[in-house]
Amino acid sequence: MRAYRGQPRIFAPEKMKNRRAELKVEDLCLNFGGIKAVSNVDLEVHTGELVAVIGPNGAGKTSLLNCITGFYKPSSGRILFNNTDVSNLPTHELTRLGIGRTFQNIELFPGMSVLDNMLLARHIHCRYNFGLASLFWPSVKKEEMRHREILEEIIDFLEIQHVRKELVGSLPYGMRKRVELGRALALEPNLLVLDEPFAGMTLEEKEDMVRFLLELNTAWGQTMILVEHDMSIIMSISQRIMVLNFGEKLAVGLPEFIQGHPDVIKAYLGETTDLELEA
Amino acid sequence: MDFFLQLLVNGLSIGLLYGLSAMGFVMIFKSSSVLNFAHGELLAIGAFIFLVLTSWAHVPILLSFLITLAGCFVLGFLVERIFLRPLIGEHLIFVIMLTVGLAAMFKGLLLFIFGGNLHTYPDFLPDGLALHMGAVYVPPVYVASSCIGIVFLTLFGLFFKFSSQGIFMRSVADNQTAAMSLGVHVKKVFALSWAIAALVAGMSGIVLGIINGTNVHEISAIGLKVFPVVILGGLDSIGGAIIGGIIIGLLETFTGGYISPSLKDVVPYIILVFILLIKPYGLFGLVEIERV
Repeated sequence: MRAYRGQPRIFAPEKMKNRRAELKVEDLCLNFGGIKAVSNVDLEVHTGELVAVIGPNGAGKTSLLNCITGFYKPSSGRILFNNTDVSNLPTHELTRLGIGRTFQNIELFPGMSVLDNMLLARHIHCRYNFGLASLFWPSVKKEEMRHREILEEIIDFLEIQHVRKELVGSLPYGMRKRVELGRALALEPNLLVLDEPFAGMTLEEKEDMVRFLLELNTAWGQTMILVEHDMSIIMSISQRIMVLNFGEKLAVGLPEFIQGHPDVIKAYLGETTDLELEA
Repeated sequence: MDFFLQLLVNGLSIGLLYGLSAMGFVMIFKSSSVLNFAHGELLAIGAFIFLVLTSWAHVPILLSFLITLAGCFVLGFLVERIFLRPLIGEHLIFVIMLTVGLAAMFKGLLLFIFGGNLHTYPDFLPDGLALHMGAVYVPPVYVASSCIGIVFLTLFGLFFKFSSQGIFMRSVADNQTAAMSLGVHVKKVFALSWAIAALVAGMSGIVLGIINGTNVHEISAIGLKVFPVVILGGLDSIGGAIIGGIIIGLLETFTGGYISPSLKDVVPYIILVFILLIKPYGLFGLVEIERV
């Protein structure tokens, strides 16, 4: 299959000018009863960056993403997005402010086609009203055509042309992940939040996904935060990495810095004690 | 044969009514997984608002019909806002218990105001509305209720298929997390589903009141009939609710006509048990397969 060569219009330069994504997480805490899922985490993401959040299982990575995307309300601390405090905004307002996301365990509408799944994301960009729409007004038709064209470009880019009319429930796992990414892109998000986009994929599917994400980020300037376990991918694609462990921030920095950081190695491999010395 | 046709027509129009009222119930269940035990009381409230407007305040029929529907819509909205919204995120059983409480409260209130007697509406349906098809006579009430039923079913069908609020409601019912991530206002969807449920319940209440007269106990008991209807149709299928309603309506009238009127209320449940033995998820319910 031929890769998409053109640039989808949602990434046209004049559009990207308005895609500011300055995220600032300040002193964020999230408690579930007595459990501190996230404690005192700071994070900054700037427009055009690809920032990865890593950490062992249960480190609070997904909880952090859920706070940023409004699925959890932080217990304390602030989240600033483009200088507005969004810590307590509901999800539907965050989506309109330009935060789109995907999930670790794919959340799609399985009984609907790929196109219908993605079309639902376009509702935040619909400009027509109920009255005109019920009369099938020409301007409404034109706008719907435009939405459809935008989707087709995303579909071309993600190379899912051959499944666009199939039910999502009948697609293989890796393909569904791609559809979910496409749906998040259809929101035209300023900040794209990806929760384990490579989980459970075959090597080939991972390579495709890496290609898409890299093109989105480097060629078109899509700002992204992603949580992932696959270290080789993380180290090669992300510009900055934050490491969490037991809800706390261990380190933030460039991939090389993180790779050599003693605390990070300790968190992943556990503490080494010299047995001979003890004996 | 004429008797059969007569029963068939009666059964269909009653069934359509059950289906409509069950649709409201299914909508709440689909969007928020809440079983609404106050459904019968919502029916009764609709019937009594209409009673107050027509018999006591002498408002023109069509206007009182519209006011009742609007009132029920607002009531459903308020019930969600005041009683259910604080419980979002709590265990489902708390919410279901709350609806049991709501049922008791509404019933008590209605009994307090109207007493337990039978009230009737003034006779307002013109006799010209009746249908004579050979020996089959369809009384005006049934014609009117069937028309209302069909009109509302079409309206709701179009609403769910084409309007953005309808699509949002379907998306929340299908996958709430996904809907949230796409910017659907989930609380608005909950509120709207309660409002619409109360509206269709109120409408069914009015029609039932026209057929049998309004009595708090009787109408709220009929509200409980949504349970066999929705369980038969499958708890999460709106189309199933309509068809389930028609089946229960037909079963009731045929049993009443051919076997005995006193068996009328029991036979649907017996058939229900048999259908569920064969199809445990209802006729159109989603079969849930859990992977462990």
